[in-house]
Amino acid sequence: MELQTLTWLFVGITFTLYIGIAIWSRAGSTKEFYVAGGGVSPLANGLATAADWMSAASFISMAGLISFSGYDGSVYLMGWTGGYVLLALLLAPYLRKFGKFTVPDFIGDRYYSNVARTVAVFCALLVSFTYVAGQMRGVGLVFSRFLEVDINTGVIIGMIIVLFYAVLGGMKGITYTQVAQYCVLIFAFMVPAIFISIQMTGNPIPQLGFGGLDENGVYLLDKLDKLHRELGFAAYTSGSKSTLDVFFITAALMVGTAGLPHVIVRFFTVKKVSDARKSAGWALLFIMILYTTAPAIAVFARTNMIETVNNQDYKEMPDWFTTWEETGLLSFNDKNKDGKIQYVEDASINELTIDKDIMVLANPEIAQLPNWVIALVAAGALAAALSTAAGLLLVISASVSHDLIKKMIQPNISEKGELMAARLSAFVAVCVAGYFGINPPDFVAATVALAFGLAAASFFPAIILGIFTKKMNKEGAIAGMIAGILTMLFYMLKFKFDWFGGGQKEDWWFGISPEGFGTVAMIINFLIAIVVSKFTPDPPDEVQEIVANIRIPSGAGEATH
Amino acid sequence: MKKSHQKKYWKTNLKYLAILLSIWFIVSFGCGILFVDELNTIRMGGFKLGFWFAQQGSIYVFTVLIFVYIRLMNKLDKKYNLDS
Repeated sequence: MELQTLTWLFVGITFTLYIGIAIWSRAGSTKEFYVAGGGVSPLANGLATAADWMSAASFISMAGLISFSGYDGSVYLMGWTGGYVLLALLLAPYLRKFGKFTVPDFIGDRYYSNVARTVAVFCALLVSFTYVAGQMRGVGLVFSRFLEVDINTGVIIGMIIVLFYAVLGGMKGITYTQVAQYCVLIFAFMVPAIFISIQMTGNPIPQLGFGGLDENGVYLLDKLDKLHRELGFAAYTSGSKSTLDVFFITAALMVGTAGLPHVIVRFFTVKKVSDARKSAGWALLFIMILYTTAPAIAVFARTNMIETVNNQDYKEMPDWFTTWEETGLLSFNDKNKDGKIQYVEDASINELTIDKDIMVLANPEIAQLPNWVIALVAAGALAAALSTAAGLLLVISASVSHDLIKKMIQPNISEKGELMAARLSAFVAVCVAGYFGINPPDFVAATVALAFGLAAASFFPAIILGIFTKKMNKEGAIAGMIAGILTMLFYMLKFKFDWFGGGQKEDWWFGISPEGFGTVAMIINFLIAIVVSKFTPDPPDEVQEIVANIRIPSGAGEATH
Repeated sequence: MKKSHQKKYWKTNLKYLAILLSIWFIVSFGCGILFVDELNTIRMGGFKLGFWFAQQGSIYVFTVLIFVYIRLMNKLDKKYNLDS
């Protein structure tokens, strides 16, 4: 069958499935809307968390990023999985025991202050909006490349689907569609990886294959290192970032992962504390499958790509080369007019520019896999983008309807009224996200990575101190969060957006990049919070009682208002 | 539940956290970043060991750590009758 037809077929089937699940599991109460009724099984929650977590960035961009940065790409692999250890050990069980609907709920109650709650709502909205815009863009990208519709039409189709199941189903609908989306995305990610691994190394397990031998009996990684040296790039397995920066970026991504509200909130949906721990274990297991395959794909794609294009005649390039050229994500400029493609590190000689986002999407075509595999990848990429978008939209809508309206502006709003408000804010959030998907501000790409820095600088210390110290008070927590997020924003605006006099790489403090600065801002948050709390009154006894109580797993009631 | 029991339960939990998080730190920040060059002199098949820890090994260890924690805590909960 034609690739187009197959892709429409796969996308059609999966979308119908998502909508069917949404109708079957629509939410009837605020509790179902915010936390899926609180009775999700740990296995289902693990699957849903994995899909929630693995976004268009994980599915489409990550392997490409690693492919172009080699060892340096390890920051994403370790950073985006190591955070789950922190979540499982330091956050999830206690937050579940606390038993509320949202992260600002915890901050507001633990620090007995609506100022703290407002700061938390602000941080949650800031983090979630920067993140969701990237997802809608991902949806548009897949539609425009594989279904040859306009990128904006693609974004709108994606919006309608998300709108349907997020607004109708709330957390309950999202949870069960995410379970289905995980299955679609992991299948779509693994099938081409296995095919290519067999093709290149004879080993069906990609995780082993990329440490294996190629057809000439040379280790694949050695061959790639050699190719890199010949073309003037840094060796693939050693990278070029400083050790200090790699350390700080990895730490910021780990801590940021543990502080992301749309991930934390998933642990409110299970019945008891031990289920929250189990969900984190399942989630990381399911994430591990993709995250250990991605670096293998990166190596296969990189080797394949260099061998297919470098020093080859432009006229003899396969079809995929021209189709990707049409999207503008791949371009060739024959500088020395010899009709061949030179792909080297030196920018004055290099003739080929490749957007790293196309590596995963183009990989099956580069490896000449059958059409149905390519169509499957398109459906998988959409599943990854939609599942994350839905999770983020729910955080945004709960922040508005629950934390702002119910907890602060209109505390006596009826259950029905709050549910209506939640649906309305989800609707508005989808429209805003869609707008940013169609008119992406330049800073989206830059800020998605920084969303982690913001989460690390704001939520993580406040939550950890709230659980592990009884004496942390509202003055300390608020001062810490504000100091953390302001330093992070300052550094980000200075070095990413040229505010406050701007600055170059050489001007980075201690050589730490804006991506890694979240770690510094987090430390500042911790220090300020601890110092301020020493000079201000202890929290009231009943709050210290709450802290003692969340450390004991038994008697975790259902999540309540 | 008695206060002294609560304290003991919490202390054991903190001990587990300290041990598991040390391993977490060693495999990622240690093997994958700080000592990556030293480990890269050792080879495991086609992999340099430091590179393998950074892109594969650390992730496997993370997953195992969480499952070990689940087991330890389930046992501890049972011991203190907190597994309701």
